This record gives sequence, C-alpha cells and structure tokens, in this order.
Amino acid sequence: MFESKSGILLIGGLGFFLFAFLSNALVPILLYRHLPEKTIEELAENQNLIYQFEDLRVRYPEQFEKYYGEPTQENLAAALELGREVYTAEGCWHCHSQFVRPVSNESVRWGKVASSDEYQNVLQRPVMWGTRRVGPDLSREGGRRGNDWQALHFYDPPMLSPSSPMPRYTWFFDENDPAKPNRRGLAIITYVQWLGSWLEQYPLYERFIPLEEQMQNPLE
Amino acid sequence: MSKITTRIDDNRADDIGPGLVEERLVLWYFLAALAYLFISLSGGFLMALQLVQWNPITGSEYFSPGRWRMVHTNAIAYGFLANSFLGALHWAIPRLTLKPVLSRPLSYFIFAAWQVVVVSTAVGILMGQAQGIEWGETPVWIDPLALVGLALVAANFMAPIVRTKGPLYVSLWYFMAAFVWTFLTYAMGNFMPQYFVPGTSAGAIAGLFIHDLVGLFVTPLAWGLMYYFVPILLKKPIWSHGLSLVGFWGLAFFYPLNGIHHFLYTPIPDFLEYGAIVSTIAVEFVVTTVIINFFGTIWGSGRAIVTNLPIRWFYTGMVLYFITCAQCAMQVTHTFQKLIHFSDWVVGHAHLVMFGVFSMWFFGMMTYLFPRLLKQPWYSRNLCEWHFWLSLAGIFVMFIDLTLAGVFQGFYWGSLQPWEASVEGSYPFWITRLFAGLAIIAGQLVFIYNLWQTWRLSHRPVGSYSAAAIA
Repeated sequence: MFESKSGILLIGGLGFFLFAFLSNALVPILLYRHLPEKTIEELAENQNLIYQFEDLRVRYPEQFEKYYGEPTQENLAAALELGREVYTAEGCWHCHSQFVRPVSNESVRWGKVASSDEYQNVLQRPVMWGTRRVGPDLSREGGRRGNDWQALHFYDPPMLSPSSPMPRYTWFFDENDPAKPNRRGLAIITYVQWLGSWLEQYPLYERFIPLEEQMQNPLE
Repeated sequence: MSKITTRIDDNRADDIGPGLVEERLVLWYFLAALAYLFISLSGGFLMALQLVQWNPITGSEYFSPGRWRMVHTNAIAYGFLANSFLGALHWAIPRLTLKPVLSRPLSYFIFAAWQVVVVSTAVGILMGQAQGIEWGETPVWIDPLALVGLALVAANFMAPIVRTKGPLYVSLWYFMAAFVWTFLTYAMGNFMPQYFVPGTSAGAIAGLFIHDLVGLFVTPLAWGLMYYFVPILLKKPIWSHGLSLVGFWGLAFFYPLNGIHHFLYTPIPDFLEYGAIVSTIAVEFVVTTVIINFFGTIWGSGRAIVTNLPIRWFYTGMVLYFITCAQCAMQVTHTFQKLIHFSDWVVGHAHLVMFGVFSMWFFGMMTYLFPRLLKQPWYSRNLCEWHFWLSLAGIFVMFIDLTLAGVFQGFYWGSLQPWEASVEGSYPFWITRLFAGLAIIAGQLVFIYNLWQTWRLSHRPVGSYSAAAIA
C-alpha cells in the first residue's frame, strides 16, 4: 500500500490533501457561515466614510467632478471597489498588514484587536491580511489623517515622513501634481479612509511621543 | 577539473532507444528558467534599492517596486522553479521508468504554453492586474489556463509512470503525489478566496495555499529529484529505504496541515492555529529523518563534497534546508510569532528556502546536466566554483542579516517606538542585504558567462581540440 501507485495517489495525493482541506479550510467556513457578508453598497452607507468622500469633493472639486461627479453612495461604492483593486495591484498589502494582533502592544498602537466580523465583506475577497509590515498596519488607518495628507503622502512619502521607504505613486495624480489626484488617486484615498471606518473609535489617533522626548531623563 | 564535469554521461538511457529523453527540451526548459531567474533577480534588486531610498526609477508605474516585488516571487516560483522542474523531470522520469513521456508534441506544446502563462503573469502584474493572493498574484484570467497547463503536465508525466510494472522508486512517489497536489493546491488557492469565501475563512485558505505551494509543489518535486540525482552521482543506493518511506509519508500527512501557521494571532480560531503549529513541528521531525537518510548515503564518500560540484550544491542545500526547518519549528510557536511575525525574519526565512535550498539544488542539477546536454565539459571549473561561493556567501549573509533585522524590528514595534524608529533601525540591515543580493546576482552572472562560453565551445567545428578531449 505504501509503495503502490494507487496508495500514493489516493491516500497520499488525494486523501491527505482532502483531510487537510476539511480540517483547515472547511472548519472555518462552517464556523463563519452565519456571519453575513456585507456588500459594497452596505459598506458605502457608513457615515464616517461618506464624510471622507464628501471631504474629497471639497478639497479637490475639479478632480472630483471630473472623475466621480457627485458624492453619491453609488459613486462611493465605485471608488471603494476601484480603491481595493489599486491596493491589490500595487502590492500595498505586501508591506502593510490589515490586522491587529492581541500581542506586542499592537492594540495600544492601533486600537481594537482584529475580529472575524470586520473581514466578512466583499472588499476582503481575497482577504488583505498581509504577511509583512514594512510600513504600519492599515486596518485602523481610516480617519487618522486627512485626505490632503494622504494625497501628498502617496505623491511623495519622504516629504511627510523622511525615512519612509515607500515608493512614490505619481501615477495617482494628473499632470504630476499632488493637488490633482485622478480616478485611481481618489479611489485609493477613499479605500484607505474606509479601513477602520466601521469601528466605534474612528478616528483613533496614535499615541505618539517623539524619540527625543522618550530618551529624556525624567529627573533632569 | 573534477571527474564528474568532464565525463560525459555513461548511463544506459540512450541505449534503450532514441527519443526516450527529449534532451533539447530539457535544455530549453533550463534556459527559460535562467531567463526568469534574472527577471526575478532584477525585481529583488529594485525592491532592495527602494527600501534604502536609492531607487533611481520613479514616476513610472511599470517600474513600481511594489509590482516588481510580485514579479520577483512569481518569476521564481512559476518561471525559475517550475521551468527547472519540468526540464529536470523530462530528464529523470523517462530514465526512471524506461519509457518516454505521453507525447512529444504535447511536451513541446506544454513548453510553449507554460512560457505564455509565465510571461502573461509578469506582464499582467506589471500592468496592474495582480490578484490579491500571496504567491498567487497571477491575474485571474490566467488562472484557468495555468490549471489546464498543470493538468497537461500531470498527464504527460503520469503516462510512463502508470505503464511501469513492478515497484516504484522513491522519486516517483514524490512526483506522482506532487502532480496531484500541485493541481489541487493551485485550484484551491486561486479560486476559493477569490470567488467562494470571504474574510477569515479565505485567510485560512490563503494560508494553506502559501504553504502548500512550497510544501506540496516545490518540496516533493525537489526531494524526488534529490533521491534521483544523489545516488547516481555518488554511485551508491540511498542509505535506508525505511527512512525514505518515513520521509515521504510523513511529508504527505503533516505538510498539508501546516498552512494556517502563516496567519497566527489572526481572527482564525486558536484551535486551528494550534493544529497548524503542532503539525509544523511534526514536519521538522520528518525532515530530520530525511536529512539523516541523505547523510547516511554520503557517509564514507564525504570527499565528493569537495571534488564533485553538483553533490556540493545538493548537500549545501540540504544543510540549509535543515537550518530552515529547525528555524521553522521555533518560529512557528506563538512565543516567537509575537516578536518576529511581519518582520524581515520571515523574509530571510523565505530567501533561505527558495534560494538557499531549492535554487541551489537546481544550480547543482544544471551544473551536472549542461555538460551532458551540450556534450561539452564546462568552459571553466573555476567559474563554477565562483558561482557556488558567491551564491553561498550571498544567501548566508542575507539570511543572517535579515534574521537579525527581524529581531530588531520586532523589539522596536513591541516597545511602542514611533514607527520611523523601526524603519531607521532597519537601514543598516537593508544596506547589507542589498550587497548580499548583489553577490548573489554576481554569482549568477558568472554562471551565465560560463554557460555562454561552454555553449560556444560546444558549437565549434568537429575535430577541434575539445572534441578530441571528450573522446
């Protein structure tokens, strides 16, 4: 059996693979089968997000008019969807994670520890957890910084954060101008502002203490 | 020059009948593999430059380091490793079964089709069509084509195996299982999280996919080839058949259960995480038996590591494999994960296994096979040595450097330093990594130069000095 073709193909090849699939994939599927999956329209009903989308129109009226017209929920949904596509296509998820772990002081830095319901929506197909953090986790990034900060940061990250190794995304802007985010630029900003918009604490500001201050001797 | 690089193949495959091994195809696969290797190296180089803010190319989305990072991994997995596997399997399976593959035209069709798949993947990713699955960024419209390709590969190679009577050699167990696993893994990972399940369940499946791609596609094919090439080069059988059985069945049972260990401390339920952790540690015990088996095999012929370059590549890879797995048994625990997850530690681990183990094994196979395919000894043994030592030095420095970087990053984050502190603290490590990567690239350039010169020698008119030297 252990050296025969059928044994290897059926037990090793198919059998053990299926056993692993049933125990490691089907079990979570069954566990979460009653958790409703939110559609993009439901996500676009979020007031925090609507505020950010309208803020984009105020800040970049011409660009917004040109690419999205009115800040309706329909257009917000379209921007969210495109934003997610951009996030995937540019490989953002290879340097930014989207889950807060219950260890390593992460909940102090970013807020609530991640839970399954946060990921039960169409924008998490496939789920954008990520496996590497060159830059910080983004699952509570929404509302933390303004849309203009995000735009300028996409245009030239070291301008706002001098040591940042993040690449420049100049193709998110028309005429190479950080004041003119294009369709993709507005979409990715909307997407980033969406992250964490479902939480009660939104925005949640980082408890930031400059390094010099931390290093200071309190007795001095 | 060593015996092994100068002596032209003396095995009996050619006596069985012409057309048993399609040598031209083996050569083509290896050349294609090397082309993708350089694409992958360029991607890694670009990303390494970006990390230290030295990237000179900004403003073009087609040269975005974020996209090239995905080309980097996909070109290694589907370009370099898959093509090398197909080439090596075309060499090994007909010899092991003494039967040709299913169809020669089909073999050529698969070759062409696979290059189309790999090139479209790279172009698709650069055009911004990546799919959000790690190691599976292949644009969604290519996934079905790749799956058909994998099915054809399985059919082409299974035909001679199925028709073989009597007991099968260890390598063939691994190959057979790998054909089934690769197909299932690819289908599961590329379709389920995209179309069928969202959120946490999708994360569990993505974890299975990341791990199965290494564990059920690359690992079994690569170990199968080791079981084939090592005894041939050492001219003695594998030390223990019993340990071979333990190794194969241990891998088959435990490896598929590991996937979730890529997503520890996520919302995936703890009992599933613990299951993955326990089976990962179990895999490391299985790996130890395999390593013991191979060191039992070389016992008494240790000098081959000095004189025989392919054997040296293989056994260096095995030592690094053991290090990778020993490391894995520790880093898979929650204790280590707290500190090192998300950090460069993991990146170092991935490079050690993909370059330090599997790529090294292929360089060994290529060092062994190119002289046989070209009917021409290597142009320079010295350059072969340079290839080895530059690659080894590069990956060794990179591994130590990134592992250390990971520990530092973990502590920066855990101690709630501002994020910038972790980035600034990483710069010395990233600069070191850049130069380690350059050593690796230099090693491969030496290899290509050596190959080019060997190819030129092989095309000299018959009757020249070198032809006389072989005869």
